[in-house]
Amino acid sequence: MISIKNLRRSFGPIVAVDDVSFEVQKGEVLGFLGPNGAGKSTVMRMLACFLKPDSGTATVCGFDILKNPLDVRKAIGYLAENVPAYNEMTVGSFLDFICDARQIRGKDRRQALDRIVPMCSIGSVYHQTIETLSKGYRRRVGLAQALIHDPQVLILDEPTDGLDPNQKHEVRGLISKMAKDKCIVVSTHILEEVEAICSRTIIIARGKILVDSTPEELRKKYNCSLDEVFRKITKGKAA
Amino acid sequence: MRCSEKLRRVKRPEPAESVSKLRSLFRQEFEMHGFWAIFKRELKSYFTTPIAYVFLVVFLFFSGYLTFKNGFFEIKQADMVMFFVNLPLLFAFLVPATAMRLWAEERKSGSIELLLTLPITVSQAVLGKFFAAWVFLAIALALTFPMVITVCFLGNPDIGLIVSGYLGSFLMAGGFLAIGCFFSAVSKNQVISFVLSVVACAALVSAGMPTTMNYLSTFLPMGLVTAIESMSFQTHFESLQRGVLEFSDVSYFLILIVGWVVAGAVILEERKAS
Repeated sequence: MISIKNLRRSFGPIVAVDDVSFEVQKGEVLGFLGPNGAGKSTVMRMLACFLKPDSGTATVCGFDILKNPLDVRKAIGYLAENVPAYNEMTVGSFLDFICDARQIRGKDRRQALDRIVPMCSIGSVYHQTIETLSKGYRRRVGLAQALIHDPQVLILDEPTDGLDPNQKHEVRGLISKMAKDKCIVVSTHILEEVEAICSRTIIIARGKILVDSTPEELRKKYNCSLDEVFRKITKGKAA
Repeated sequence: MRCSEKLRRVKRPEPAESVSKLRSLFRQEFEMHGFWAIFKRELKSYFTTPIAYVFLVVFLFFSGYLTFKNGFFEIKQADMVMFFVNLPLLFAFLVPATAMRLWAEERKSGSIELLLTLPITVSQAVLGKFFAAWVFLAIALALTFPMVITVCFLGNPDIGLIVSGYLGSFLMAGGFLAIGCFFSAVSKNQVISFVLSVVACAALVSAGMPTTMNYLSTFLPMGLVTAIESMSFQTHFESLQRGVLEFSDVSYFLILIVGWVVAGAVILEERKAS
């Protein structure tokens, strides 16, 4: 459902993403790994049509990110790394705004809200303004925003960053639950998370894909924990 | 014959494709839900934050205070000239203050990444924000109605003059707003965008002031001085205020608004992610 072809993007002299190509099918949960500054977020931003690639392109659900950016955005749910939201709005009015923008109206909207609020357990903060929320709740509101239109493709940039262990567990449960009929790309620094939820993993460093495999295979091949595998791969190639 | 047939076969799909492409572009740009979603959110956000109330209090206080200080009673005329004459300078400071947050805040807090990954185009977003702010300014203008009542109570004013004065003020507010909107897209920093747009607005207002004209005419040829004068807010606003609804004045403001708003959209498209 996602197919990326030779994506390249640089910021001034820094090449953030260098000739990246891969495909993700329905039912897959792709764990996108890499050290800080490896280009994970840049790839995700390009998929969400926020950044334009310098060259190369990608299609999401058959829509090209350069030719049909609006159709791509309709098809995906995207949670950015810093969980952007409007701080002065209450959770309820924020979700209403998202529904307005995504053309979810009337009965559909009520159903969507009834589904999403318990799912992300944000019922208790529904009438609070977003700036008063803790980091965990804020991220859950971000998740609710990304899931409200029940998208086919989910792109989550570090969805569990800053959550406490219980919340991490909940979010992972949420992702696993949705995994079989969606196509999910998750970036993370937490390797146990990859083992818990991902059916496939791509390791990227300095804008290039180093490994495209499954967590089990990686562990078998290197015969050590995923942590060590990650260190070996990213440090070995960098040196 | 053969050759032309071949040509036709090759050429035919192209126009169809480009037409459908154009049509889908039109569909995207004119789907109004994105515009309305942003418009609603923006207008509401003025009133859920203290911005609206601070702005309204300051604006209403000074617009009233300056009217009476300049001698509203002394001239003994039942009209609103003394009210309208202060608006250009008042707007030159207050409108950039409402406009500075439009995009600068969005970019600073990162919420632009949310906004522009929703199915909304940049032009819808720019227009939605611009019109929300313009409607807010219209509300502020409408709240000066006690002035109208006062004048009506004291005498028999020319209602046409008052209406055209308000229309001029509304258009002028739109012009300042478009400038502020542009500078807000230029910088991430609200203070910078405020200062830049105040300078731009003040330059456009003062270009038409008699003192500036006198000074400029000492060293510039007459043609250039009148050209500068005809580009200023002051000149066009004054003629609207006199009750002369001229095409050139109205179109001046509309062209100004369209130009700065389009420039803002272009800048934003360029810089949204930086």
